[in-house]
Amino acid sequence: MNLDGTDRRIVEATQSGLPLVPHPYAEIAAQLILEESEVIERLAAMQARGVVRRIGVAPNHYALGMTSNGMTVWEVKDDVASNLGAEVGQLDFVSHCYLRPRALPLWPYNLFAMVHGSDQTEVEVKRQAILSLLGPACLGSDTLYSTRILKKTGLRLARKGAASSAEKARGEG
Amino acid sequence: MRGSDYPPDCIDRRIINALQEGFPLSSQPYAEVAAELDLSEGELIERLARLRNSGTITRFGPFFDAAAMGGAFCLCAMNVPADRFEAVTELVNAHSEVAHNYERAHQLNMWFVLATETPEGIEAAACGIEQETGLEVLRFPKLEEFFIGFRMVA
Repeated sequence: MNLDGTDRRIVEATQSGLPLVPHPYAEIAAQLILEESEVIERLAAMQARGVVRRIGVAPNHYALGMTSNGMTVWEVKDDVASNLGAEVGQLDFVSHCYLRPRALPLWPYNLFAMVHGSDQTEVEVKRQAILSLLGPACLGSDTLYSTRILKKTGLRLARKGAASSAEKARGEG
Repeated sequence: MRGSDYPPDCIDRRIINALQEGFPLSSQPYAEVAAELDLSEGELIERLARLRNSGTITRFGPFFDAAAMGGAFCLCAMNVPADRFEAVTELVNAHSEVAHNYERAHQLNMWFVLATETPEGIEAAACGIEQETGLEVLRFPKLEEFFIGFRMVA
């Protein structure tokens, strides 16, 4: 764990969201009895180390009319999978893109790209665009549509000495 | 699903597109972003509050990398018999390490993400679920991540 106690308190204070006030970092600082500048500097340092991946919004694709979400999965030749994955990840309609291990024989797919659309037809059109991009490096593919959200929370850093606060807030979509 | 009662207008969509990442680490960050979007600071804050309260955005703020904090994420999948699906859902969801869980139309019909504070936590949670359910939990840890944005027509 490369977070010191103060970093950790900042993570805990911001993981469910930033205050919607003109000086959000000052408000967090006041809660933690820190200076605004220290909160800003520590968040910047955590961003530089990759602890903070980004600061922004997590859209609820369903509420935005993107009611069809297809997890497209691809069997891509290993020697080109990393380069092609980067290209797929840059497509506007792909929200998440990862290389993952295969689980043979049931699961030959190593590239996962989440595609959102207003319906399955739109997802299918976008899937074709990925197929064209991958070209002959693609050995097979499938699309898994979600039929139900069974749970959606997010990572929550448990407060030290307390039960996990995982149930209290929703997280990355 | 929350949020369907509040259709976001084109300004909301511009806000969502602009705030995918890069929110400023400065004293008055909303004012900075508002200026770029030709909005007032007050209007931006008000719209973000409405988007958040209506569930149109699920969160606004820093997103932390579990691995960088010493923790881990792992996508997992199970092949759950249809007649046990609800019971297995309850067993799986009862684990606080399960962050998201989706039913999907496939032989592997349950897909969930484990998020834990330590890498060992992933194995412990996955093994626990296997013991409780008697079903195999396939692990798909990310080997590489290609991030990632999501843009809408504003």
